[in-house]
Amino acid sequence: MTVQDYQAEPAYNFAYLDEQTKRMIRRAILKGLAVPGYQVPFASREMPMPYGWGTGGVQVSAAVLTPDDRFKVIDQGADDTTHAVSIRSFFERTAGVETTTKTALASVIQTRHRIPEAALTEDQILVYQVPIPEPLRFLEPRESETRKMHSLEEYGLMHVKLYEDISRHGHIATSYAYPVRVEGRYVMDPSPIPKFDNPKLDDCPAIQLFGAGREQRIYALPPYTKSVSLDFEDHPFDPSKAAHPCGLCGAEDSYLDEVILDDKGGRLFVCSDTDYCEERQAQGHRGKDAA
Amino acid sequence: MYVSVKGGERAIRNAHGWLAEERRGDRNVTELSLAQIREQLTLAVNRVMAEGSLYDPDLAALAIKQARGDLIEAIFLIRAYRTTLPRFGYSEPLDTARMTCDRRISATFKDLPGGQILGPTFDYTHRLLDFKLAAEGDAPQAHSQPATQGEVPHVTEFLNNEGLIEETARTGKAPPDLTREPLEMPAERALRLQALTRADEGFTLGLAYSTQRGYARNHAFVGELRIGMVAIEMEIPELGFAIEIGDMTVTECETVNQFKGSKTEPPQFTRGYGLVFGQTERKAIAMALVDRALRWEELGEDYVGAPAQDAEFVLSHADNIQATGFLEHIKLPHYVDFQSELELVRKLRRTVQAAQSQEAAE
Repeated sequence: MTVQDYQAEPAYNFAYLDEQTKRMIRRAILKGLAVPGYQVPFASREMPMPYGWGTGGVQVSAAVLTPDDRFKVIDQGADDTTHAVSIRSFFERTAGVETTTKTALASVIQTRHRIPEAALTEDQILVYQVPIPEPLRFLEPRESETRKMHSLEEYGLMHVKLYEDISRHGHIATSYAYPVRVEGRYVMDPSPIPKFDNPKLDDCPAIQLFGAGREQRIYALPPYTKSVSLDFEDHPFDPSKAAHPCGLCGAEDSYLDEVILDDKGGRLFVCSDTDYCEERQAQGHRGKDAA
Repeated sequence: MYVSVKGGERAIRNAHGWLAEERRGDRNVTELSLAQIREQLTLAVNRVMAEGSLYDPDLAALAIKQARGDLIEAIFLIRAYRTTLPRFGYSEPLDTARMTCDRRISATFKDLPGGQILGPTFDYTHRLLDFKLAAEGDAPQAHSQPATQGEVPHVTEFLNNEGLIEETARTGKAPPDLTREPLEMPAERALRLQALTRADEGFTLGLAYSTQRGYARNHAFVGELRIGMVAIEMEIPELGFAIEIGDMTVTECETVNQFKGSKTEPPQFTRGYGLVFGQTERKAIAMALVDRALRWEELGEDYVGAPAQDAEFVLSHADNIQATGFLEHIKLPHYVDFQSELELVRKLRRTVQAAQSQEAAE
């Protein structure tokens, strides 16, 4: 199947964006892959969904999708939340690509706030939606300054912040969007994934692309890129999670959502990655709260 | 027993159905036509065209209807549509001296060539609710008179003849295009003006007002405010010369600002400039004040730390589509991040409580 004869909404080009725009975005992606962790400015377009609602991820997905791809969208690890549903149906309408909820079957996965639990492969692209691409933003609000800091590799401020956390609280008080150092060079914001997911960024066989629409930035991790969560020798990085197994599938190694069941303190911990949880249940795994 | 949140698809469909019904309102009331919105809510249409960066009154009227009168939502619809349109090229600069003026006032000269034309303005109306409008009757015909013919020279030209106002140097180079290149700092004036002309009216107004109250005060006089129709000319490559392809209504405001002189410049007046689609004079005046405040560096003035002087601050936050999108995205689920914060706060509390109980024991 070629780009011309796809069967989606005929009023729009394949995957909504015009080919020139996609080319511009692909150039930014290639530059991002060539300089891992570096934030490439790109002329982000207005999309038919609001800024802050995944326009960067959507533009990156639009630029990498081909008619043969199988597309998966997750928000908070789940395929069936309204936001994930809305983006998936956008590409069903405008690109007519096949979609799936199975991590293993998807060739392109767009995500908000999670990395799937199942290991990714060389045949996959993971597209992150990024709200604030600049890891130094809340230490220095000015873009003109933070760009300078990156070019001079001046990351002292970030270490001071982490150190202050430890001296005040005894721990590094960043639990998501935990910064990483890419290939010993750029400090990068991995998007607001829980720090539990940070180890999966490192040495990942899949291509990882990060799109920030409103902030007009794209960055990337090519396959098998070294990505180290910032820490100190005496305070090593700790990818913590709730100390429970999943109530439905019994998994001990997955990131959990806490669900409040009643007003008497009753709560249930379940996998945030719905596909992972369903797969495990299909294999016969049961947690203590499974029906 | 917890059942995972299914049915996102159905929930969305139902919400959209309900929205459509609410949009229509009481079916016993006649439905609004686009022509009615275009002709009778013209200033709303103008704002949507200006901040949506697309001059098309019919589409703006449609957007307003679809958005149930939420103008920022309407602007968003127009922006999202605009971005799908092919770009044929760029027009010649507008010649606003050849404007057919509906309104043209100067606050700096009592009378001037071309005359003062009050035009269709709210100024000098008493803001008393007109209950006659509630009873549907025909409005009386206004007295009419042929438009002034010929060029209407700009007030600033008169000052320029005396050398009393700064010259605006022609750079000769094509301005950058905000919609095709990512915004990078520092931004030159042409780019700042592009951002300001489609900036949120409320944000621009607030910033301009802050300069009047002393946060980088720049002593602005409205040298001239004009509203009217200008011709759009475009050079067609096959023809080799420019032809008129249409016309549009714009509002132009030039402020004349006091300037005591600097190391390089003698005392003279300086300029702030505002140009906005449609009849949008509050926005055009505000834009001119903010433009002038942002020019502190090139004029050798002091940076006093005022928000209106800070180009990065102004340009990064002036776009209401970016702002509203990011603001409202916090409605989206954040439970993964919140969960990690919960874990962290529990851990920090355990640490503190352990320390306290140890202290108590000692």
